[in-house]
Parts: sequence; C-alpha cells; structure tokens
Amino acid sequence: MLHTLMQSIREYKRMTIISPILVVAEAAIETFIPFLMAAIIDQGIRPGNLNLVVRVGLLLLVMALFSLVMGAGASWVSSQAAAGYAKNLRQDLFYHIQTFSFQNLDQFSTSSLVTRLTTDITNIQTAYQMLIRIAFRAPSMLIFSIVMAFTVNAEMAWLFVIVVPILAVGLVTIVSKSRPLFRQVFKRYDQLNRVVRENLRGIRVVKTYGQQDSETAKFKAASGNIFKVFSKAQRIVALNMPLMQLVINTTMLLLSWFGAKLIVGKQLEVGQFVSLFSYSTSILFSLNMLSMIFSQLSVSQASAERVVEVLNSESAIADKPDARTDVANGAIDFERVSFRYPGTKKDQLHDVDLHIKSGQTIGIIGETGTSKSTLVELIPRLYDATAGTVRVAGQDVRDYDLKTLRDNVSVVLQTTTLFSGTIRDNLKWGDADATDEEIQHAAQLAQADGFIQTLPQGYDTPLEQTGQNVSGGQKQRLTIARALLKHPKILILDNATSATDTNTEAKIWQAFRHEMPDVTKLIITQRLGGIVDADKILIMAGGKIAAAGTHSELLAENEWYRQLYDTQTKRGGGQHD
Amino acid sequence: MTNATTQTSKTTQRRQTFKRLIALIFSQYKGWLVIAFIAIIISALAGVAGSLFIQRLIDDYVLPLMRSNHPNYGPLLEAILIMGALFYTGVLATVAYSQIMAVLGQRIQKSIRDQMFTKMESLPLRYFDENDYGNVMSRYTNDVDTLTQLITQSFPQFIVATFNVVFALVAMVSLSPILTLISLLIFATSIVIVRWLTARSSKYFRAQQASIGSLNAFIEEMLNGQKVIKVFSHEATVKQEFDQYNDDLRNDARLANGFSTMLFPIMGNLGNLLYVLIAIAGGALAITHASLLTLGTIAAFLQLSRSFSQPIAQISQQLNAIIQAMAGAGRIFQLLDEAPEADSGTVTLTQKGETWCWQDGDKQLPVRGQISFKDVSFEYPNSDAGLHDISFDVEAGEKIALVGETGAGKTTITNMLNRFYDIDSGQITYDGINITRINKEALRRSVAIVLQETHLFSGTIADNIRYGRMTATDDEVIAAAKLANADKFIETLPDKYETQITGNGSELSSGQQQMLSIARAALVDPPVMILDEATSNIDSRTEQLVQAGMDNLMTGRTTFAIAHRLSTVFNADLILVIGDGRIVESGTHEALLAKHGKYYELYTGALGG
Repeated sequence: MLHTLMQSIREYKRMTIISPILVVAEAAIETFIPFLMAAIIDQGIRPGNLNLVVRVGLLLLVMALFSLVMGAGASWVSSQAAAGYAKNLRQDLFYHIQTFSFQNLDQFSTSSLVTRLTTDITNIQTAYQMLIRIAFRAPSMLIFSIVMAFTVNAEMAWLFVIVVPILAVGLVTIVSKSRPLFRQVFKRYDQLNRVVRENLRGIRVVKTYGQQDSETAKFKAASGNIFKVFSKAQRIVALNMPLMQLVINTTMLLLSWFGAKLIVGKQLEVGQFVSLFSYSTSILFSLNMLSMIFSQLSVSQASAERVVEVLNSESAIADKPDARTDVANGAIDFERVSFRYPGTKKDQLHDVDLHIKSGQTIGIIGETGTSKSTLVELIPRLYDATAGTVRVAGQDVRDYDLKTLRDNVSVVLQTTTLFSGTIRDNLKWGDADATDEEIQHAAQLAQADGFIQTLPQGYDTPLEQTGQNVSGGQKQRLTIARALLKHPKILILDNATSATDTNTEAKIWQAFRHEMPDVTKLIITQRLGGIVDADKILIMAGGKIAAAGTHSELLAENEWYRQLYDTQTKRGGGQHD
Repeated sequence: MTNATTQTSKTTQRRQTFKRLIALIFSQYKGWLVIAFIAIIISALAGVAGSLFIQRLIDDYVLPLMRSNHPNYGPLLEAILIMGALFYTGVLATVAYSQIMAVLGQRIQKSIRDQMFTKMESLPLRYFDENDYGNVMSRYTNDVDTLTQLITQSFPQFIVATFNVVFALVAMVSLSPILTLISLLIFATSIVIVRWLTARSSKYFRAQQASIGSLNAFIEEMLNGQKVIKVFSHEATVKQEFDQYNDDLRNDARLANGFSTMLFPIMGNLGNLLYVLIAIAGGALAITHASLLTLGTIAAFLQLSRSFSQPIAQISQQLNAIIQAMAGAGRIFQLLDEAPEADSGTVTLTQKGETWCWQDGDKQLPVRGQISFKDVSFEYPNSDAGLHDISFDVEAGEKIALVGETGAGKTTITNMLNRFYDIDSGQITYDGINITRINKEALRRSVAIVLQETHLFSGTIADNIRYGRMTATDDEVIAAAKLANADKFIETLPDKYETQITGNGSELSSGQQQMLSIARAALVDPPVMILDEATSNIDSRTEQLVQAGMDNLMTGRTTFAIAHRLSTVFNADLILVIGDGRIVESGTHEALLAKHGKYYELYTGALGG
C-alpha cells in the first residue's frame, strides 16, 4: 500500500525531505535552551556574573530566533508538500479512473468514487503533513529531552523512566478503548443518514400517508443510538486531559521533593533543577502528542486503503501494441461468444453466433434481463467477451486501437447523460472539429434541430447539469445527434427513443435509412413500430438469441412475437411512454 | 452593498447566532453548566498555583536548607503535601468539567438533531423542492458535529485558556512588575502575528472551500457520465479540465494550511524568546540589585511565562473554531426557523366499518370523492410555471385523464388537490367541502398517490406495503399485494414478504417497485387516487402486470391519471388537455378527436414526452 501511495510524491520529494530535517533541527535547539538557561542561573545569576548572563543570554536569543525560523519554515514547507502530494494523488486517482473499463465502473458506485477523490484524499493530505512534521517532532522532542535530562542529572532522570511508561499505558488504554466505539459511531451515522435521505427523497409518500410521526420516531431511535455510543466514547477521550494533568503534577511534586534533597546535598544546582521542570513538561507533552498522532493516523488509514483499492484495480481492457487504427466496414460477427460478470456463476450471454453484414439494420427485442445491452456493448469493447470472438470488419475487436474502435462504433446508451455547457458543446463531444453545418445536419437527422431552433439561444442554450430545461425525449435526441457526429460505421441505439413520441421516432428511422445507408444500425427497443422493416430482428431470451428473422417471418413463426405485435397495435399504433 | 457593511452585517449575524446558541444551551442545562464553570476556574487556579509554588520552594525551603547544617525536611514535606492536595483538586475539577461537557455536548447534539428532523417533517413541500438534499444532509452531520466539537472542546478550552492568561498575568504582576512589562511586550507582538496569520489563513480557507466545491461538482458530473466519456473516448479532454480544478485546489490548500500551521511553531518559539528575555533581564536586575528579585522569583517567572504564551495560541485557535461553528449553527437555526406547513383544517376523517366519513364539527358526511376546481390559479415561487383559471367538476367514481406536454402543469394540478402546494386564488372542493377546511393529514389520507418514481423505505417488503396503514393485518397486506399483481414476484423472493429492502429498493426492478407502491395505495383503499403513469423502460410483460394492477386500483374510485397510456385515455370519463398551465380542451376521446384541435395533434403525435 505504502509503495503505491509513495509514487505520487514526485516533484514534492525535496520538500518532503526538507520538512523533517527542519523539524528535527528545531527540536534539537529547543531542547538545548533549558540547558543553557540552567547555566545562566547557576554560573551567572547565583555567583553574580553579569558578563556570563549577557553572553549566554545573547546566544540563547539567537538560538530561539533560529528555532522560530526553522519551525515556521517546516510548517510552510510541509504544507506545500502535503497540498502538492494530495494534488498528485488526486490526479493519479482520477486519471486511473479514466482508464477503467465498464466492468471496473460497475464495481464502484459514483458516490463512493467521489468520496475517495475528495474526503479521503483530504484526510490523506492531513496525515501526510502530520507524518512529515509532527510525527518527527514528537519523538525527537521526547528523545532529546530524555537525553538532556540524563545529561543534567542521571539520578533525577530515572524518575522519568518510571513515569513515562505509566502515562504511556494510560494513553494507550484511552485510545484502544475509544477506537472501537468511534468505529461503531460511524456505522450508526449511516443509519441516521439513511433515515434523513429517505425522508428527503420520499417526502411526498411520507406526507401522503401521514407517517411523519413514525418517521420521527425512527429518526429519534437512530440519534439515540448514536448518543449511547458516542457519549461513552467522548467520556473516555475526555479522560486524556486530566490524565496528563495528573501525571505532570505528580512528576512536579516528586521532582520538588527529590530535587530539594539533591540540591541540599550539593549534587544538583538550582538552575539544573529548574531545567528539569522544563524537560519533564516537554517529555510528557510529546508523549501525549504521539498518542494523538496514532489515533489520527488510524483514521486516515481507512481513507488510504480506500484510495489504494481503486488505484490497484487494473482495467481489464487495454490496447495491444501495434493495434489497428482503421476499421474497414461495418460488418459484425459473433463467434460462439459467451459473457459473464467476474465473480458470478451465470453466463449473461451464452454461445452466441451472429453475423451482420455492413449496412444492415438489426432490431433487437426481448424482456428485461435478457442481456440485450450486454450483447451490443461487446462490439465497442465496453466489455470483453469471456469466451469466443467478436469481430468488426472481419477483425477481432481486441486487435483494434480502442479509440479507433469506439470512434467507429458509436453507442447511444440507455441513460441519457449530457454535460453542463451549451447544446453545441455537448454535440461536439462526437467531433471536436465539427463545423456548424455538420452539427446542424446531425441534429436534423436526429430530429433535434426543430426544438433546438425554438429555444431562445438555439444551439448556444446552456444545459443545466440536471438537464431540466429539456424534456426526456429531447435529451434522447441530443444524445443521438452527438453519436451521429462521430460518423461511425456502426451505430448502436440502446432504447434510445423510449421517451420520444412515435411520430418523431418514425422520422428518425426514415432519416437514417435515407442518409446513412452504409452504416450498420443496431436498434434495441420495446416498440416494434420502429423495426418492422429491419433486415433482421433478433429476439433475445435467457442470454441467447431465441429467434431471428424479418418481421413477416417472425409474425408467421413466432408466437411470442405475434402476441407482442398484437398488444401493441391494438392499442392504436404503438405503446406510448 | 459595500464590502465593509457586508462584513459588519455578517458579524452581527454571527453574534446573534452565538447569543441564541448560548441561550439554547443555558436554558436546558443551567445547573450543570454552572458546576462546569466553577470546575474550570478551580482547574485554572491549580495550574497557576503550581507555577507560583516554585518560587516558595526555592526561596523558602531549598535555599534556607542549603545554608543550614542540620537540614529539617519536615516543613518542605508539609508544603509539598499541601501543594499535592491543591494539584489533585485541580485534576478532579478537570475530570468534572470535561466529563460534564462531553455528555452535555452529546445531549445537545441529539436534542438539536431531533428538533431539526421534527421540524423538517412539518415543512411544506416547497422546502424539499427548493433545497439541495446534500446540503440538508450536511446540516445533520457536518454542522451538528462542529457544533458538538464547539461545546465539548472549544468552549471549555477557550475559558480555561482565558483564565490561565488572566491568573498568570495577576501572578506575574505580583511577582515582578518589570518582568511583566517585558512579557506584555512579547504578548502584544504575538497578538499582532496571530491576527495577521489567522486573517491570511481564513481567507485561503474560504477559497479552498470554494475550490473543493467546484472540484466536487466537476468530479460528480464526470463520474456520472463516465460511461459516455468512454464511449466517446473523451478521456484526454476530461483529464485536462480536471487538472485545472485540481491545481486551483492545491494552490488554495497550500496557502491555507501554510499560514495556519505556522501559528504554532511561531507562538511556541515566541514563548522561548520570552523565556530567554526573562532570564537575561531577571538575571541582570538581580545581579545589579536594581530590583529585589530572588532566584525563586525568576524560576517561577520562567514557569509562568510558559502558562502565559501557550494559552494565547490556544485562544486564537479556538476563536477560529468558534467562528466556523457559528456558520454551521446559523444553518441549523435557519432550518429550525422555517415556517411549518400551515394547517387550519378542522374537518377530519373517521371510518365507520367499510365507509369513510367526514367529521365536520358534529356533522358526519360519507366521503364520496366528488371534486371541483373553480378558477384555480397558482404560481410556483421563483418560476413562471403555474396554473391559470383551472375549472372542472368530477363526480364520484369518475376517471379523469390529464394529458399534455412535459411541464404543461399536469402534476401541478394534482399537487393542488392534496395541498402539497396551496393555491393562490380560486377554490377546490371535495364533496362540497373547501379543502382548506379539511385537516391536511385527513385530506392526504383520502387522496392516495402512486408516483412515477417509486420510493421505498428500508425495512421489509411487508413494512413497505403496510406504510399506508400501519395497523393492517398480514392477510390484508397479502390481499393488497395480490390486487397490485405483486404477490407473485414476492413469493419468488427468498424471504417472501419478510425480504429486506435496503437503500431505495435497488434490489428490485422498477416494475416491481411500482407494483409495491400500488399495493401500498391499495391497502389504504382511499376514495380518490392520483396515478402518475411511469415512462420508464420496463419490459412489456412486466408493464402489462403493472397496468393490470393500476386498473384494479382504479375501479370504484375517483381517479386522476397523468396519462401516458392510450388505454387510460380511452377509458377516461373526462380528458383534460393541459397546455401552459391552462385547460386547452376537455371532453371525451371521441369528442376531442372530432374537434381536430390540440388533442388530435397530441394523439396523432404523442401523448407527452
């Protein structure tokens, strides 16, 4: 995991190294100050040597200034390094997601990827800065202070050797007792969030059935659950401060008693005695700091794991070296093709053979879950077949360069996704260099030009992110126009006209027939109206092609088809959505 | 408005929120807070006493002992024991206040959350339409969390630190006014530095917040369309755009964190500087006898200077936390201040066996389902969409089909009927009773809706069907499921009616979800129904099942159908063709077709889009 994460350091390596050096140097100077202070008291003030007081004093002032500059420098440098590292890591993660195949994308939900790119990386950034700054400062202060304490007076320093483990045990107990509780709290938060989310989305249902009271009761139960565990956890954590106070105070009392005796016995100077007070505070505070670092890092560890999980999932689909960069025509062949999702036992497609000539129009129908979409998504390699071969223009699809293949095989997906920007921007996704005429022509074919012209800003109308200023049917036509601009050899429409009225739909098919006779067209639909004059209609069932033929052939031979046709025509010329 | 006035109005707003928050906390937990406050003072006093003890230890015990030939440790032991008693009282006080504040923080957290949710449930639909869900969710989590942090940590630490500074200052003045003057000089310097650093860092923190927001929106949009990006091989462009957002964020983050993390080393080392200055000045004064400084006093001063400089950094840090939490508290109060849905209706529903009755004062009338709209107009806030002069009459048991293009106002009409929104003018009556006189809950119970988008709640399938009537028996639930054609698929599930649904029912197909929502409505068995027919892609066989379920549901009650199916329209007693918020045409299918108007146009084209 560490290895993966370290690869994102790159240009921030220098700063990452400088920060701990500055931190350690600052700690060294800081721990030396009380030592010289003891000298001022014992050799300057007590014997009345003003000269020494001033000389050592000036040296100390310079040291304090140095330490200030280094401390501030370390903070600045570590911030630059951490923010830079977070930038690189976020970039790596986002770029990596861009290489994902559909299969990888199915594996992670969008919201979980968003969290990983934002919250998780922010957590890692905080941890990174902590690692190259405080995680060096706390142990250096601890070690240096113990060393200095022994230098000043070994006998007294043994006191710390006894006190430190006691505090350490206390701190570890607090962390280990509270951590599982905090983990539970996070889980219970999910419960609370779920109630809120369900009520935000389903408020109409709640109000219709007058269930406000029972929902409030659900919420109170969830918030009560959080309270139970959270207050326990917080009470444990709240013991940290008094524990520190207890240990520091006890140490001071012991130092006073034994120190006084040693001073009287001439084994310790008064100044040294005062410096031991300083060392005791910095030892105990550093220890507290260490326990804080550990509990903070364990929070970030979960985030790091989640990021690495994404970084380590390799895309199943990649270009071959010397891949082909041209597609000769729109012929499609499936040879004994099977497909199943990884980790599942059931084939989604089983042993499919299919041969389509360039320029043919193919209709695909069948009930939900019969893998119609899966079948067509194998052609542009959105998924790779588990067994068998898919060919385009006689070549195995895996031999093509991915961009070439996808430019030539244009798919209009079932979900109509448009991006913020103008209509023109969105259509240009198909071809960044398209002229205004080309854009309009594509829109005309997709029967979108008409409604675009009625919009006050025409092609320059900005689309809201949710696409609320255009209707579902209009969105579908925009996505079709976008796909046409690629000038593909194969065009696949996956339920792309379901929200478009039958009249407009018929016009689209007509335009396709006249203007794009050479393009192979695959049309998945619920309505038979659009595909009655297709060259071939495939009926999918159970991951197989159950029947294939022209409309009249199927009408004569296939009972299921005949029934479907009857129900749709009896209702008056097609099913309306 | 100029920048300065925005700033002041923001500050006054913050001050008001703060006052309100304090009032809220105090009103509930006055006793505990007073105890915590006293404990905080004791704890701070014990801390300063510890520093002062060094002076007495050195001047009154150690130095005299050094001079005596036969040292007597008795008085020293006594002093240490007294000091110990004081110290441990301080520790106990800390335990007391930190435990009190930890629990209080959690109690307040729970009570605020519960208040928010109770309020949210009472809000009109407009609130839900106008507010972004993510935003509302974060009030329950982020905002409440920062507030709790404020109560359990920032407030007590702020008070402790303030007392520490004040007590230390008093102690220092009593020990040596001259050395105190030097300390104050350093103190003033640190205040200037702290203010400069926090001003810089909070400026960039705000910028960082904005950058995160835009990066977030960009990522969200791109990842949602990731499959389209793949299909169009658009990865390179997207990466380029991402880099811009990412670089902006890095720049703000490095500045924000840079300035804010510099605070602690600078404050710490200013403390060191003060430490050294005190030693030099104190030493010089003692040696030259310019002032009556004892060794113990210098040592105590050195210790005090520590408990003086550290709290200052803490105070400034906690001040920042308090300001940030005020923004969150402001958002919480905003939700709590929203006006709840008004309801002055007094007519309620009672059920007598199978029949429903209106209870209007002492009068009881059977519920029939006769609906009239008279000159109804309505405008959505901040939008031109709405309804204009809608009038029609529906007899009990009639079927009404609402047809028209997307955004024409079909759904708006149904929203008026169950008072999800209130009309601006005109009148709607239900069995002759003005619906504003009917208690909202009763009204909504008598008008069930099957929405286009199905909402299921976490729980079992049975729980979800029972949502309409919690008291229904298992047999009633099964009967409703059968009516909705849902029984068959439920029986094929591993746990049948006890199958758990998580999230929004993603384990069921959209057709199955619709059947459940039909069953839910069937269980209530209301006199009036609103059906919003789905346009989603469900396969033909499932769709037939769903439609048969809907048909079952429609029989015997007044139904408003937002129609996408021709059969619904054919069978309707009245078709209302809606366009731009008006009734363009109305009549039966045949009559409207003969008219060759808008309906004819729609019919030959589509019934909506």
